[in-house]
Amino acid sequence: MTTLSAKTLFRLGLVFGIFITLFNTSCVKKEGATSGASSNSALGNEILIGEYGSMTGSESTFGVSTHKGILMALDEVNKAGGVNGKKLVLKSYDDQGQASEAVTIITKLISQDKVSLILGEVASSRSIAAGAIAQQYKIPMVSPSSTNPKVTQVGDYIFRVCFIDPFQGSVMARFAINNLKLKRAAVFRDIKADYSVGLANFFVEEYKKMGGEIVADVSYASGDMDFKSQLTSIKGKSPDVLFIPGYYTEVGLVARQARELGLKAVLLGGDGWDSEKLTEIGGDAVVGGYFSNHYSHEDQSPVVQNFVAQFKSRYGEIPSGLAAQGYDAAMVAVGAMKRASELSPKAFREAMAQTKNFQGVTGMITINEERNAVKPAVVLKVVDRQKFSYITTINP
Amino acid sequence: MLQALLQNIINGMAQGSVYALVALGYTMVYGVLQFINFAHSDIFMLGAFGGFFLAKWLSPFISNPLILLIAVVIGSMAFCVAVGLTIERIAYRPLRTAPRLNVLITAIGVSLFLENFGQIIFGADPQVFPSLIPTHSLLEGEGLVLNNIQLTVVVVSLLLMLILHWIVRHTKLGIAMRAVSFDIEVANLMGIPTDTIILFTFTIGSSLAGAASILYGLSYPKIEPLLGMMIGLKAFVAAVFGGIGSIMGAAVGGIVLGLAESFTVYYVSSTFRDAIAFGILILILLFRPAGLFGTFRREKV
Repeated sequence: MTTLSAKTLFRLGLVFGIFITLFNTSCVKKEGATSGASSNSALGNEILIGEYGSMTGSESTFGVSTHKGILMALDEVNKAGGVNGKKLVLKSYDDQGQASEAVTIITKLISQDKVSLILGEVASSRSIAAGAIAQQYKIPMVSPSSTNPKVTQVGDYIFRVCFIDPFQGSVMARFAINNLKLKRAAVFRDIKADYSVGLANFFVEEYKKMGGEIVADVSYASGDMDFKSQLTSIKGKSPDVLFIPGYYTEVGLVARQARELGLKAVLLGGDGWDSEKLTEIGGDAVVGGYFSNHYSHEDQSPVVQNFVAQFKSRYGEIPSGLAAQGYDAAMVAVGAMKRASELSPKAFREAMAQTKNFQGVTGMITINEERNAVKPAVVLKVVDRQKFSYITTINP
Repeated sequence: MLQALLQNIINGMAQGSVYALVALGYTMVYGVLQFINFAHSDIFMLGAFGGFFLAKWLSPFISNPLILLIAVVIGSMAFCVAVGLTIERIAYRPLRTAPRLNVLITAIGVSLFLENFGQIIFGADPQVFPSLIPTHSLLEGEGLVLNNIQLTVVVVSLLLMLILHWIVRHTKLGIAMRAVSFDIEVANLMGIPTDTIILFTFTIGSSLAGAASILYGLSYPKIEPLLGMMIGLKAFVAAVFGGIGSIMGAAVGGIVLGLAESFTVYYVSSTFRDAIAFGILILILLFRPAGLFGTFRREKV
């Protein structure tokens, strides 16, 4: 009996011991992070910039393209002497396209690497999740391409260099009615993605306002493979256009199945379509579709052509919209760092908020009081399996 | 109305027959060894990737799409059999006399291993499965759509199920399998080489998964290392629904589940698709634990 209770006591002690150790380490970490946040950054000759993105996972082309743009921008700045004589160093991590992973990684960037500014993410759901952490530690975060309005509502340290969903949704609604003259639309939204729901809502609002009719509004969930039942019900309503504001993997499958079912509506979408995989998966089914985007490499303005030429010589490929956004996000951030009164996250934030008429690759960027970028959008057409061509620019 | 109903039946049948083929693999292994081979869904995934690479290598040499399809299907089936047998030999046979729970946990371990292994080897980025045969519609102008791929999926599945039925019911091997399933120890005493029979069971189950993966890849040309997870769960539900251990049950269960999902999405909402599938599982477990075609056997203590 006595031996048993001794054993139990020992076990209890062990458990307590573990708890106490865990508790202590977590406390230490937190302290380190907060004190680090205020005094970190520009000690020495380097300014650390963090990046998190989906380098692998089902949206990996987003993360990889963005990363290439960011890398190119920072190298350019460093070659030209850096910021106030200090070199910019990029720390980037893969979040595998998962919000939970993004949160872990941004915490690591802030508390371990002690970066003074963060670039990321493409997907709105991940920017919202990770943005909360950046806000908590008061480190400015600049999202290159998260278009959901909620992203910058997280707090005053969160910025973006792209337009927001209301604009993209209404651009496509205006395009459908003014340019295509098509007045019966069906909407097929991904209810699991904030991005898709946002675009869909604003498309519906603007389309109705302009006298169009929404004949069907149905949903799917990202990760689904079979959409035939929903598409059968859409087909029954015979729409002229089908708005699918999803990401390319599902859009490709949706388009394919829509055509297999004999649905002939013109397909419309947002910047989530912007990937070579769209036509790889969707094949001929996506050809003839239109989507809104941040920029087109066919735009003949010298800024764009110069960027395209440099990107091509560096990576041997034509930059996607996301690469251009990544480049602009880094450049706007660097511009703010140069204008900042001192090299601290707080001063960077102040300077970011004052960005006005910054000539980026993706257009003239002004940061408004909601920390969103006000800038034009372009509409692209999927001409064939290899080519997206520029159709028009729609101003805010 | 009627048109939409028929269309949903077509869509549901095509989806359901893939579930049925995968469900057969679960049910056969359960029938013989009384444990759920969770790695089965990942054998399905590996089959899809095997077919993907095979199609890439073979397509420059074989120009006839039908021969290419047959070659890819057979190649993928062979690959799945190799994987299935390796798993059986390495992970399950050493545990033949161990408690069933140990084998079950091992199966989950193997499943996780294959999923993560797949992510390392193939990358997490989805791959595009090549369309081996050109798609064309078979019912033009009726307002009803049935294409050759859907038809191929349903016909090939039914064909494979019939072959399986014949093997189990009318061959010596089938009789031996049923004997092992009935009582493995007595079967052993009667001179049936149980280990060989179990290997055959894995062979058949894995080859069906291989065939199913190609049919699946044709219909939904996006494959990734975690592909098997959802399909595996759905097929498992189908197997339980039909009565796990019953071949007829798995076939019917798969098709019923496919139809149920198709109707749910059309008439209710896509949000409820998975809820319906797993709702069925809960209801069946509550009210008819042995499933539609299963016979309830009291646990021997």
